[in-house]
Parts: sequence; C-alpha cells; structure tokens
Amino acid sequence: MTAIPDRAPPRFRAGDLLGDERWRGLTIQALALAALGLLGWFLISNLVANLAALGKPIDFSFLWRRAGYDINQRLIPYTSDDPHWRAAVVGMLNTLLVAVLGCIAATIFGVIAGVLRLSRNWLVSLLMAAYVEGFRNVPLVLWIIVTFSVLVHATPAPAAFRGEEAEASMLFGLVAITNRGTYLPRPVWGDGSALLLLVVALSVVAVWVWRRLARRRQEETGQPLPVLWVSLAILLVPPALAFLALGRPLSFDVPAVRETGIANFQGGIAVLNSFMALWLALSLYTGAFIAEIVRAGILSVSRGQTEAAYALGLRPGRTMRLVILPQALRVIVPPLISQFLNLTKNSSLAIAVGYMDIRATLGGITINQTGREFEGMLLLAGFYLTVSLVISGLMNVYNRRVAIKER
Amino acid sequence: MRATMWGAAALIVAAGAASAQTLNDVRSRGVLNCGVNTGLTGFAEPDAQGVWQGFDVDICRAVAAAVLNDPMAVNFVPTTGQTRFTALSSGEIDLLARNSTWTFSRDTELRLDFVAVNYYDGQGFLVPRALGVASAQELDGATICIQTGTTTELNLADFFRVNNISYEPVPIANDDEGQQQYLAGACDVYTTDASGLASVRATFENPDDHVILPEIISKEPLGPVVRHGDNEWADLVRWVFYAMVAAEELGITQDNVAEMASAPGDNPEINRLLGTEDEYGTMIGLDAQWAVRVIEAVGNYGESFERHIGEGSPIGLARGLNAQWTDGGLIYAPPFR
Repeated sequence: MTAIPDRAPPRFRAGDLLGDERWRGLTIQALALAALGLLGWFLISNLVANLAALGKPIDFSFLWRRAGYDINQRLIPYTSDDPHWRAAVVGMLNTLLVAVLGCIAATIFGVIAGVLRLSRNWLVSLLMAAYVEGFRNVPLVLWIIVTFSVLVHATPAPAAFRGEEAEASMLFGLVAITNRGTYLPRPVWGDGSALLLLVVALSVVAVWVWRRLARRRQEETGQPLPVLWVSLAILLVPPALAFLALGRPLSFDVPAVRETGIANFQGGIAVLNSFMALWLALSLYTGAFIAEIVRAGILSVSRGQTEAAYALGLRPGRTMRLVILPQALRVIVPPLISQFLNLTKNSSLAIAVGYMDIRATLGGITINQTGREFEGMLLLAGFYLTVSLVISGLMNVYNRRVAIKER
Repeated sequence: MRATMWGAAALIVAAGAASAQTLNDVRSRGVLNCGVNTGLTGFAEPDAQGVWQGFDVDICRAVAAAVLNDPMAVNFVPTTGQTRFTALSSGEIDLLARNSTWTFSRDTELRLDFVAVNYYDGQGFLVPRALGVASAQELDGATICIQTGTTTELNLADFFRVNNISYEPVPIANDDEGQQQYLAGACDVYTTDASGLASVRATFENPDDHVILPEIISKEPLGPVVRHGDNEWADLVRWVFYAMVAAEELGITQDNVAEMASAPGDNPEINRLLGTEDEYGTMIGLDAQWAVRVIEAVGNYGESFERHIGEGSPIGLARGLNAQWTDGGLIYAPPFR
C-alpha cells in the first residue's frame, strides 16, 4: 500500500503576494484601491486647506439667509424675503417641470418621427429624416435661442391687445399669445368642486371597467362591444350633469390686458416664453434622438412578424400597435433612459433664455450673491445626480416589465 | 501650500496659493489678465480693429503700463455679471475692472478688495418714450429686463417691494442680451446702472425714442477689484488709479507729462508723483517712472473720462458726481506724500 503523503499546505511567504498567481490579482487590486484612496484624500484635503486659506471654509449656512431677488416663474409661493434654500427649491421645481414635460413631449415627437421615418411614403419619410438630422446635428443651445427669438419676434406685444380697435386679439377670447408669454384661462374652484372632481374620477374608473368588460367579452365570445362611443358618453355626460346640478362650481379666470398704466396681461396662467422656448427646443432636440432609437427598435423586429400579423388579417395600424411595438420596446427602452437623463441635464441650458431653473437660481444668482461657488456646485451636482438616479430607477422598473419574461 | 492641484473644485481655489505674489506672477507672465465687461460701449468694448477701448479698459492699460511698461500687454477676459467674481477668486484674472459695485458683502464675504471708486453711479430705468411713463413710481405691472448676478437685481426687488408695486423680472445674462430683449419688446423696461443705460441707449438706432427715468434708486460705487489677501497688489492698483486722479487735479495731462517729468518743478507733489523727487515707485514695487507711463498711456482721469464716456463722446455722460472734489464732485485722490 502506498500511502499518500500528507502534504502540508505550503507556508505562506510575503514574496507569494506578487509571485504566486493565487495572490497576485488580489495584491494588485488592493494596491490600486489604496492608491485611489490616497489620491482622493489628497484632492479633498488640498481643497479644504485651500478654501480655508482663502478664508472660505465650506459652510452651508448661506442657504438660510435672505435671498433678496425675485423669480418670475414660481410653482410655490416665493418672495424676495424668502431664504436662499427656498429660491433653490423654486428653481428645482422649475427644472423638474421642464424635464418632466420635456420627456413626455420628446417621447411623443420621437415615436411619431421614428415610425413615420419608416413610412413608404417618400415625402413623409424625407420630412422626418430632415427633422431628425436637422435637430441632431445642431447644438441644442442654438435651438433654444432660435425658438426663443421666434416666439419673441413673431408674436404681438401686450399693448397690441389694448383698446377698442386692438391690432391683436385673443384666441377664442380665452388665450393670449404675446411676446412675453402665453396666457391661459385659470380654473377657479368654487364650492362643490370637490364633488365635481369626484364625479370625474368615478367616470374615469367607469370607463376603465367598461373597457375591461368589453375586452373579456370579446375574448370569451368573439363579439365586440362598442367601446369608443360608450367611453365618451361615460366620460362626458355624468360630469356635465354634475356640473349643472352643483350650480356650476367651476369657472375660469380669463386673462385680460390692463387698460390703464403699462399694458400687460393679468389673471390666468402665464406660460412664459422662456419656458416655452426651452421646453419646445429640448423636446424637439431629444425627440430627434428618440426617433432614431424607435426606428432601430422597429427594425430590430424581424420582418416575419409583420408578415405573420398580416397573414392573420391584422391591419397595418394594429400590426404596429399590437405586434411590432411591444417587441420593439425591449430594444427601445434602455437607450430611452439615457435620452431622458440627457434631457434633464440639458435643461440646465435654461439660463440662455432666462428661464429660472435651479442652475439659474442656486447655481447662478445665489452663488453670485454669496460667493459660495463650491457649496453651490456640490448641491447642484447632488440634485442632478439624485434626479437622474430616480429617473433611471423608474425606467428600469418599466424596462423589467416590457422585457422578455424568461420562465 | 501645494502648488499642483487637479480638478475643477481645486481650480476654484487655486488662486489662494498664489495670492501673495500677483505682482510677481504678472511680471513673469509678461501680460496682465484683466477682467472686463463682455461689451458695454464706453466702458469696455473692442473697437473696429479689435482693440479693447473704454473707461474701465483704461484702468487695465494703466496698470499694465505701470507694471509691464506696455499698456498693450493686457489679456482682456470678458466676464458676465455671473462669472466675474469667480474668475477673480480663481486666479483666472489678476484684476477686475467691470462696472462692479462696491458692497459690504462683496468686500468681506466674497473675499474681494475694492481698491477705489472710479465711477459713482446709481441704478436707473430706461423706457421707450411710447410707454408714456414719466416716473419709476408708474411702473406698476411692468416687465423688466435685469442682469442676473448684480446688485441691481436686489435693488429692483427692494424698490418695488418698498413702493408696493408689482413687476415681473426677465433675467438676462449681459448688456447685449438685455438690449436685444428690450428692443424686441420682450420687456417694457431695462434697468441697470445709469451709466450703463446711457451707454446702451447711445447704441440704439433712434436714441431719442427712449428715455432714462429721473429716479436713481441706489448708490452704485463702481471700481476696480482685486483678490483679498494680496495687499501689495491692492496698493499698486489703488495708487495707479489715484495717480490718474491726482494728475487731473495737478494739471498733468497726456501731452505735458513728458515735459513735466523731465526736470523737477516747483510743486513737490507733482515731483513725487512723476518720480523727479524721492523714490515713491519703489514703495509699491515699481520704478520711479511708473506714474509717467500711466499718464502717457491713458491720460489723467478727466481725459480718460472725456474720451470714452464724457459729454464729447457718444455716451454723453456729464461729470456730475464724478467731477474732481475741487469742482464739487466726489473724485478725490489722497495726497502723494
């Protein structure tokens, strides 16, 4: 019998850290990490030391001091007596407003342009190609400024709406488009409007229930129920009846031009041209990129799917909606996330047209009045980072829903 | 302190390391980095040949003449209301001469030093004649174009709040943009320092269609700024400016300075200023001829004023508060003694 000699595990020697394959990888990684940490520590300590030497140690107390400046677009109450942090919040909300509305509009523009660019109609696909290439290949800030100048120069001044024989008139007597901004009627909620809102909400729920019923019936029996007309009726009739029954609780504050003093519109909701320009330019620009993503997604679905759908008798519209797009979404959604992030970050170009986003309030005026560049930039970076992470988190959830389910 | 730094954050404060020797830096570089307005006729604007001209530009040229013996050895860095102070505290520029108002918080909290006042100004309002407004009190409901990052922004908020009238601000980045917006009718009123308004109005096609309202709603002492902490450099810039002021008071002009500096005269103060008596230049790290070069380069204060913004220029500003103290103004140089 041959005994297998018990081999003692080799004694660990310091040289093995580099000589032995088992350890070498770990050693190098540990060294790299230590070097990175050292570099980071060097940079940060350098920064702190230099700021202190300059007499500006890192300090966030400026946020609680009186801001002293006014902001023209406020989603929450704000006056110049409020502290800097509140001005920053006003800016944040303005950034979020333009980012959210921009993402929605960009998606709509992008999907339409992407689908139409594949159209067999030569003119349509050429027009869409021109749109995509035109917007993709010109810097965004130019589009923002161009849009703004068009809005300012192509529209009448508020003074033109004045007097008996005004040069300009309001659209349907309700909407005023001026070189300052667009003024819309503002809903005024009277007594009982809560009940009215409840009725509207119930109608929406009822429509949803009706659609489910109709679908189930079609799946079970093959007989379709009328969906569109019934839905419209459910949506419109009960709220209209409730509106009359409750004594017209909802009215509208229609904007009007001041007839004395300086001509400007009062009342209503003001949508400033700076917002319009930024929102339009951002959505058109990002929409051009999304169009290409959508086109790529659609082309990634094999032609056989379309042919199979046609063979089943589906019309082209339904083929696109029910067969192609759901499969294309798997390709579309991941790059779409980065477009949404781009749009959000690009909204910081707002200052080009004087839109008061967070870059303009906290990152502009506040920094300038308090001299706290470093702190301000840290907060800004933190804000954009948070927003971007939230957007990509939400979109990843959605992506998981449309991804192929592997069971 | 370590000289090498990386990263944008570190750049912001890089100046701290070098603040004690701006004069040496400028000398070894051979050129003065001077922050000016992006374009305000009469104060700082490149002419048709691309050469910067203006009342503020003259301060830069005067300092370059004194330090580098060449008024053209200036690298002009156009700055906006928002970027100017960061440019200065980051060390991108050695000196800021850009219609900047001397205020308490800028002098202390922003770690800057205002060395002197070269123009006593106040905030005014420019309106189209057609608006039919005669006083700022009638501006209720007006849309007002305002440069962001300025003291005027804060004055405006205060003025309207105190007078209990409403307005809507349209923030803009610089004078050019303000002018465009105002002319396009995107705002009813343009507000900034009255001198700036005169300058902007002078560039309009029909200046007479626009009026500057009588109210001046603030004190805006404008002057050259340096970083806090380098006292030698601050002294140098201060006395270069006062050399221009004293020269006007003492009757020294661009034309007669060479002659007056050729030999000591009767007035000991002139002799000290022009270096024919005592060694005042060495006290600020320069040679004896420094003030002669300054006056040869840009003239005295009054000449510089008259050439760029005075009543003979298109801007047409009266001396007013900016007359010599002997003429009832506020311009007053401490004695050269």
